[in-house]
Amino acid sequence: MATEAPDSGTRRDFLNIAGWTGLGLGAAAFAWPLIDQMNPSADVLALATVRIDVATVDEGMAISVLWRGKPVFVRHRTPTEIEEAEGVDVAELRDPQTDAERVIQPQWLVQVGICTHLGCVPLGNKPGEPKGDYGGWFCPCHGSHYDTSGRIRKGPAPRNLEVPAYEFLSDTEISVG
Amino acid sequence: MSADTPTPEFKGVLGWIDYRLPLVTWGYKELVAYPTPKNLNYFWNFGSLAGIVLVIQIVTGIVLAMHYVPHADYAFASVEHIMRNVNYGWLLRYGHAVGASMFFIVVYVHMFRGLYYGSYKAPRELLWMIGVVILLLMMATAFMGYVLPWGQMSFWGATVITNLFSAVPVVGPSLVTWLWGGFSVDNATLQRFFSLHYLLPFTIAAMAFLHILALHQHGSNNPVGIDITKKDKVPFHPYYTVKDVFGLFVFLLFMGAFVFYGPNVLGHPDNYIPADPLVTPAHIVPEWYFLPFYAILRAFDFDIGLFGFTLIDAKLGGVLAMFGSIVVLFFLPWLDTSKVRSSNYRPLHFWFFWLFVANAVFLGYVGAMPAEGIWPTAAKIGTFWYFAHFLVVLPLLGRFERTRPVPESINKPVLSGQTVTGAQAQPAE
Repeated sequence: MATEAPDSGTRRDFLNIAGWTGLGLGAAAFAWPLIDQMNPSADVLALATVRIDVATVDEGMAISVLWRGKPVFVRHRTPTEIEEAEGVDVAELRDPQTDAERVIQPQWLVQVGICTHLGCVPLGNKPGEPKGDYGGWFCPCHGSHYDTSGRIRKGPAPRNLEVPAYEFLSDTEISVG
Repeated sequence: MSADTPTPEFKGVLGWIDYRLPLVTWGYKELVAYPTPKNLNYFWNFGSLAGIVLVIQIVTGIVLAMHYVPHADYAFASVEHIMRNVNYGWLLRYGHAVGASMFFIVVYVHMFRGLYYGSYKAPRELLWMIGVVILLLMMATAFMGYVLPWGQMSFWGATVITNLFSAVPVVGPSLVTWLWGGFSVDNATLQRFFSLHYLLPFTIAAMAFLHILALHQHGSNNPVGIDITKKDKVPFHPYYTVKDVFGLFVFLLFMGAFVFYGPNVLGHPDNYIPADPLVTPAHIVPEWYFLPFYAILRAFDFDIGLFGFTLIDAKLGGVLAMFGSIVVLFFLPWLDTSKVRSSNYRPLHFWFFWLFVANAVFLGYVGAMPAEGIWPTAAKIGTFWYFAHFLVVLPLLGRFERTRPVPESINKPVLSGQTVTGAQAQPAE
C-alpha cells in the first residue's frame, strides 16, 4: 500500500482505459456491419464481363454497351481522329496521358461513357450529337469537352474518360471487365 | 392587453393527468399563454406554416408508401398505379409533390424574414442554426424523394448529386460506391433512398421541436427588432392562433391552385420518361428550389492553383462552394456584426438585403440555364456576390453603417409612426 502511494490511481486508470477501449472497439464492431451493408452486395459484384462484337461498327461510328450499369463507348476512330489524338502536347493536358496509353489498337477507343465530373453520359457517340470543341465528346450537364482520345480538354471534369480493363478476343470481339 | 396570463388549475381528467404528467400545463404555457410580440406582421406566419406543411408531407407520404414499390423495376409503374388506380391517389401524389415545393417556398420566405429582421442575432443564434440544420435535412429529404418515381430526372439527378461525393480527396470513389451500393445508381440506391426518405422527415420533426423550444426560450423577434417587455406582448391564443389559421387558409388556396390546376408546373416533364442509364437528358435540371445552389456548383469550371500546382480542382471547388453556401449560414450570427436587428433601422443593410434576394433569384435563373454562352460567367458573378454578402458586406456594415435610432418600445412606432423624439441616435460601435 505504502509502496504505490504516489500514484495509487494507476490500477483504476488502467481499468478505466481498458474499459472504455473495450467499449469503443465493441461499438465499432457492431457499427461496421451496419455501415458495410451499404457496400455493393455479392450479386452486384458478380456482374463480371461483357463481350462486345464490333464487326458491324464502321469507321467513324461508335456504339454504347451497358456494363455494370454504365455505358461503355466503343469508337472506331478515323485516321484523322487518331492523328489529332496523337498530335496533342501532353504537357498541356489537365490529366496528362498519351493516346498510346489509352488504346490497345489505335482504331478502337474503348472507354466508360461516364463524365468524370458528375457522372452524366457525354454526347458525341451517335451521329448528329455535338462532339464538343475537340471532336470527341461533349457533356451537356456541365459543359465538359473531351478530345478524340477521350481526354478532358475544357470544362469542369477533372480526369479523362476512364478506360476499363479489356482485351481483344479476336479482331472483332472485345471482352470488357 | 398583456401576456401575463396565469396558468389555470386544471380539474377533472385533465387535472388528474396533469398532476402525473405535466403535459397539459406545458401545452397551455407554450401554445395558449405563450407571450408573443403584438406587432408581428404576416411574415411571422411562415414558421407555423412550415410546421403545417411538414405535417401535410408526413401524412401524405405515409399513405403513399402504402402503394409505392421501391424497386427499380416497379417504382415508375407503381407511381402511375397510384395516379390511375388508387382511390384519390392523384390527389395524394400531387399533394405530396407540390407540397415539397410549397415547403421550400414557405421556408425560404421564413429565412428571408429572419435575414431582414435580424432574427438570428443574440440570443437567437442557436435557434437560427437549428433552422439551418432543418434546411439541410429538408434538402436531403427532398432530393431522395425526387429519386423515388425513377424517371429520367430522378435517375440523373441522383447520379449527379451522389457523384458530388467523388470530389472528396482519396476516399471519394469508394464513398460513392458505398452510397450507391453498386457501380452506378441502381436498385440498391433506390431502396436505401426510400428508407432514408421515410426516416428523415421524423428527424426534421424532432429538430422542429428543438427549434420551437429554442424560440420560446427568448420569444419571437419582431419587426422593430428590439427586446420588448411583457407589456408589449399578447397571449399566443387567440391572437396568433387566429392569425395563423387565416394565413393557413390563404396558403391552402395558393397550394390548391397548383395541386388542382398546375400539378406539374413545378416539375420537369422528363421525369415522365422511365429511368434509362444509357441516355442522359439534354439538360439536367434540379427542382427549382435547388437551382441557386446548382448555379453555385457549376460556377466553378476552373482549377484553383498556386505556383502551377492544382490545389483544388474544378470539381472539388464546385462542391466545396455549394456546401459552403449553406455552411456560411451557420456563421451568420457572427458575420453580421451590427447590434441593430431590424433592417427598418439599417438604411444600408436594407438595400444589401434586397440585393441579396435579387441575387438569389438571379442564381436560380442561371441554374436553370445550360452551361454555355454567358451563363457560366453569370454564375460566377452571382456566386461571388452570394459569398461577398456574407463574408465582406455584413462584417463591414456592422462597422460603418450609421443606423437609424431604434425606438425604446414598440409602442412608439405603433402610436406615433416612425418619428422617435426621445431615443438617441446610436451608431453601431
